[in-house]
Amino acid sequence: MKNKEPIILLVVIFFTLVTYYLVEPFAHSQMHKHVESEGFEYADLPAMTKTGDAAKGQELVMNAGCAGCHSIEVAGMPAPMDAVMAAGAYGVNPPDLSNAGAVFDPKFLADLIKNPAHALKVEHKYDPAAGKMHPMVAFYGMGGDIDQEVADMVAYLQSIAVKKEELTPKVAFETACGRCHAVGYEEWTQIGEKPKFKHEKDSLAFDIKVIDYQDSLMKYMGKLPPDLSMYIRSRGEHYISTFVENPQNQLHGTAMPRVGVTPHSMEKVIEYLEDAGDTKRHEREAIGKNVMIYIIIFAIFALLWKKQVWRDLH
Amino acid sequence: MAHFTKATSVKDWLNQRLAVEKLEKVMASEYWIPKNINFLWAMGMVLVITFVLLLVSGIFLLMYYVPTTAEAFNSVNYTIMREVDFGWLWRHVHGVAASVVFLIIYIHMFTGIYYGSYKKGREMIWISGMLLFVAFSAEAFSGYMLPWGQMSYWAGMVITNLFSGGSLHADGLVEWIRGDYVPAQAFLGRFFMLHVLLIPVAILGLIGLHFGALRIPHVNNQDGEEIDFDAEAKKYLDGDKAGSKVMRFANDFMSKDMMVVGVYLVFFFYLVFYNYGFAMDPVNFDPADGLKTPTHIYPEWYFLWSYEILRPFNIDLGLILFAFAQVIFVLLPFLDRSPNAIPANRRGKAFAIWFWLMLANMIVLTAMGKLPPAGIFSQIGLVSAILFVVQWIALPFITAREKKV
Repeated sequence: MKNKEPIILLVVIFFTLVTYYLVEPFAHSQMHKHVESEGFEYADLPAMTKTGDAAKGQELVMNAGCAGCHSIEVAGMPAPMDAVMAAGAYGVNPPDLSNAGAVFDPKFLADLIKNPAHALKVEHKYDPAAGKMHPMVAFYGMGGDIDQEVADMVAYLQSIAVKKEELTPKVAFETACGRCHAVGYEEWTQIGEKPKFKHEKDSLAFDIKVIDYQDSLMKYMGKLPPDLSMYIRSRGEHYISTFVENPQNQLHGTAMPRVGVTPHSMEKVIEYLEDAGDTKRHEREAIGKNVMIYIIIFAIFALLWKKQVWRDLH
Repeated sequence: MAHFTKATSVKDWLNQRLAVEKLEKVMASEYWIPKNINFLWAMGMVLVITFVLLLVSGIFLLMYYVPTTAEAFNSVNYTIMREVDFGWLWRHVHGVAASVVFLIIYIHMFTGIYYGSYKKGREMIWISGMLLFVAFSAEAFSGYMLPWGQMSYWAGMVITNLFSGGSLHADGLVEWIRGDYVPAQAFLGRFFMLHVLLIPVAILGLIGLHFGALRIPHVNNQDGEEIDFDAEAKKYLDGDKAGSKVMRFANDFMSKDMMVVGVYLVFFFYLVFYNYGFAMDPVNFDPADGLKTPTHIYPEWYFLWSYEILRPFNIDLGLILFAFAQVIFVLLPFLDRSPNAIPANRRGKAFAIWFWLMLANMIVLTAMGKLPPAGIFSQIGLVSAILFVVQWIALPFITAREKKV
């Protein structure tokens, strides 16, 4: 009798694949809007026309009053208030600027200095005409060419920041996301990494500070920004990076600002989230390969055994 | 009391007390299997292997899982996925096997329908198999609650709500099932118990019944041929292995079982390591939040077809048809009035069309069950759901007119 098994196998595979295609790729394409990355080019922001001078930039940063709100730890400038007080005053703790030059796009930084709500894409929340001002005061110039001055400040921030190759996932995440988002699985809170305390009292005191900070943040953002521990599994790399690139594209009207990271720092942020939510991915790949080799050898032996046993049956 | 003599060997000692030689014959070497069967007959062994994978991986997960609403999510996603050595591996094996086991069950089921393996004395095989399907469904659903993610919580909410019976408003029954007004600690605790104790015990018992039911009518074959097992077994034992229509279960058919298992495991571990996303819904990696309903709530893929029979209608009719869909497969041996127990394609046009249409329609229902119920999808879903019901109602009439082939 003709062997029908190949055709039966094809029928089984065909119906399995059709079902898989319909419930996975097709259904998800219908359920979720697909947003393409724009390559982190921030095409809506004006290009920088001036070449900055870091030394002049340093002077400008000192004189423009940046340090009234921001710390620049690498330049020996501490924060004027602690994180909890700062959040009470501004809604969120103003970032330390030590590595801003490495994490954020220069074009974005320049626009941010001149017009924060525009660069951050939160103009739907802050309308000066209606008396709703963004907590960061815009820089109106020190009397010279404002574009030159801004370019100088950006050059200064770049000069003090960590080198691109030395930017760690942790620093990228903390600078870009860490003042609003906790990552419980990495012990990260909005006011910094939770230290190991010897006494429970100290641990509870720290937790209370976090809660105070979160209360201010909740008022500022409308709701508490989510803990990102498992976001790499619940949202996936593509969603996260297109969301960060322009939150309004994925979720129109969201209070989350555009963060303005460079593509390189985005990769680092993703790596941080993978370390938190997909910790064992390297082990999975290594073991996966070995298991596949083992199981293929098993299948070959099983096939040979069957051939041997069935030789007498025909 | 039986008469015991001094044992001549360990085997003899065991033989006198446990009849191991006889047992081996009954279970393996003289358990006769027809030769004209194809690889679809190995799905039983594939299911056994998958069940063992679920059991073993489940035992490892059980050592670290914490069944409390406060700790469940973290015990899975932090403790098991990050802290415990190979915890991630056991979880991925468990999650993928829980999904793949249903693929194999459906293949096994449609194999049975196609070859008429529920007829002529094989009714109990079919019925015990369908009871296993119900038990596996309950096991899958209760297990899905345990990571206490958004999908666990909201699927638990939606499915337990079905027991209110639509216009009957049996809300007391729903509260009794949940042990609370909403899914909470009492709910998680009892589904944990069901998942790790009561349902697995039921499954083990039903597997015994399913195997036992196979013993007297024997395995069907791909031509629906009636075989005189005693005569053919004698031929085999007399040395005419090639001429006999039957073979031993072990090692003859088992070697083929293992060959199929080998190929299956290559596919299975490919999914475990490289394509596990389909079995672990992204939404369930958000912790359960009773104040935030997910945009799309859908069951796992293997429940989608029956979910879609519920969805297009008003709640009362939907529930009635949903209940219909749950029990109707069990009644298949009695709804099929045909005298033929041969492959669907040889039973005449009507049943052949019925079979392939049922298969295709269930795939359509599965797809529509996941897609958002809007526009063309809800219309396709409605037509498919009606078609499903009509096909089952038509079955006795179609098959009664079938001529003996």
